[in-house]
Amino acid sequence: MLTSLGGVLFDGFAYGMLLFLLSVGLSVTLGMMNFINLAHGSFGMLGGYVTVTLMDRLGWPFLATLPAAFVAAAALSVVLERLLFRHSYRAGELDQVLLTIGVVFMSVASAAYIWGTVQQPVQLPDYFTGSFTFLGVNFAYYRLFLIGTALVVTLLLVAGLEWTRFGAQVRAAVDNQRMARGLGINVNLAFAITFALGSGLAGLGGSLAIAMVGLDPDFAFAYLVYVLIVVSVGGLASIGGSFAAATVLGISDIAGKYYFPALGSFLIYLVMVGVLMWRPAGLFGKR
Amino acid sequence: MSKLFIAASSLAAALAAAAPAYSQGTIKIGLIMSYSGQFADPAAQMDNAVKLYVKQHGDTVAGKKLEFIRKDTGGIAPPLAKRLAQELVVRDKVDIIAGLVLTPNALAVGDVSAEAKKFTVIMNAATAIITTKSPYMARTSTTLPQLNETFGTWAAKKAGVKKVYTMVSDYGPGHDAEGAFQRGFKEAGGEIVGSVRMPVANPDFSAFVQRAKDINPEAIYVFIPGGTQPSALGRALAERGVDTAKTKIFGMGELTEDEARKTMGDASLGIVTVYHYDHNHQSAMNREFVKAYNAEYNRNPNIYAVGGWDGMHLIYETLKKTKGNTDGDALIAAAKGMKWESPRGPISIDPETRDIVQTVYIRRVEKVGGQLLNVEFDKVENVKDPFKARMKK
Repeated sequence: MLTSLGGVLFDGFAYGMLLFLLSVGLSVTLGMMNFINLAHGSFGMLGGYVTVTLMDRLGWPFLATLPAAFVAAAALSVVLERLLFRHSYRAGELDQVLLTIGVVFMSVASAAYIWGTVQQPVQLPDYFTGSFTFLGVNFAYYRLFLIGTALVVTLLLVAGLEWTRFGAQVRAAVDNQRMARGLGINVNLAFAITFALGSGLAGLGGSLAIAMVGLDPDFAFAYLVYVLIVVSVGGLASIGGSFAAATVLGISDIAGKYYFPALGSFLIYLVMVGVLMWRPAGLFGKR
Repeated sequence: MSKLFIAASSLAAALAAAAPAYSQGTIKIGLIMSYSGQFADPAAQMDNAVKLYVKQHGDTVAGKKLEFIRKDTGGIAPPLAKRLAQELVVRDKVDIIAGLVLTPNALAVGDVSAEAKKFTVIMNAATAIITTKSPYMARTSTTLPQLNETFGTWAAKKAGVKKVYTMVSDYGPGHDAEGAFQRGFKEAGGEIVGSVRMPVANPDFSAFVQRAKDINPEAIYVFIPGGTQPSALGRALAERGVDTAKTKIFGMGELTEDEARKTMGDASLGIVTVYHYDHNHQSAMNREFVKAYNAEYNRNPNIYAVGGWDGMHLIYETLKKTKGNTDGDALIAAAKGMKWESPRGPISIDPETRDIVQTVYIRRVEKVGGQLLNVEFDKVENVKDPFKARMKK
């Protein structure tokens, strides 16, 4: 019983980190810029396809494709941000939702056109398959890697946004745009970079996720719900909140499936409803 | 009121349409499939096979030109499927309805097929009762009990397995497969030591696989929908170190389709599945089919493709038999008892149930020349749908 608890905690935490990596980018764009970017999943999907294409067609090693996925998603997002999204920064929430969900539909159709409707094979390198057992708990290598990556991403983000000059500029631009402009901060540039960062993280999350959850053109929609749950439970604008929310949701989901399989995936929603009733702004939400 | 009106008008229009369509020089075939959405790939496979058949056999049958009208359901959408079928019958005046990847959609189209008396070919949807919805329906794919009940019996009798744990997705086909496998297995003397139903949208299988492993059964039977899930499950199996030499993994063929095997890698070795078709099936006809399909679409055909291919064959042959008469009664009469050689082996349409009779193959994932393939090592010939055989009793 105790060893199974250890296993459940580990698997749940790793699953939570997968959710975190998928959603942390949205926490950045939504929280920092107040822009509801439902096309987040599309950038994740792009990251996934970049990884698969580089590995399958060009024979790149898996790890080398991860930065490429980040860069590709970030680059495309800058183009879209300059062409489309920046015009609706000051628009209402409904307008932003409609615009970005339209982009999701287009991305799904584009992915089906370019890569076909077929499920993409994702072959992890040998050192990531399998697991070892310690104190009766089964530790899968890839899950350990996910946890490590998530921790590094969290540290870099928190440090970057809290302690660097650029982080301060972004926070100033969000809090009071006119004042920030008056002080000579290039708000457009700060927003473009933040948006690229968020989308790049989505691309990274996508390319890390596909080894666990698979990849087809439906990806952009399939994980949108989970991503939104993590961000809303964690509280907007809070990297730490997303981290905590993803951990709670991942562990409760795996524990529910292990101990009460009849409840199935219901528990994750129950936790979400419970947390939001207790704290409507999310675990770490300020508003 | 509007429902009644649509039903009445569709019937009236269908009756009116029957006569002129017969005298004209074209035969219209309406294809209803999930061209977009989560199930877009099965539809793509099927549509490719339909096009390939027409390309190889010409678009003229019994002196009449075939015309195809394609309708997209975008996934599971029974009311939409029904409306599309009504539109096809009333507005486009089709003579034959075909396609139908998904069970709920096929069931919804059943009413239209029955009322409008349209010959309808189910090219995939595999729930047993579908063909009972309309006396004008015939099926060229398979039924879940046909595969899984046969598999259950085989597992107990031939594989000598006595204790099985079952894990299935929590939706209609999953319940059907679970019931069919358990029935076949128990009737042949096996014991089910536990079972679990998993959410259909399930990105991480580790908890379920761990649970099954803790119970330590002789074998685990799995049914999950094709697409992204088999790879996710395979990943969990490999991670947990489930060794197929010690714990047998049984499943329906989706589990070890091409993309899933590639993702699982060597973890897929030894998984035993039941299916009615694989591109690795060894016959001269299949080799030719696989070659032609690859030449055209640069990928291997799967069950959806073979279902579409045989569906087209059934349409062509029945039309030849009726000399181009598209009357629903004439076509279904021609279809009953029809036998032919398919890329999957000999198949026929059961004259009583209008369902397919075929060979059920038991395969194992093996490495052949460095490639992971589904290798057939046993088969059960001439299997009828056991569900409908029981319904009669």
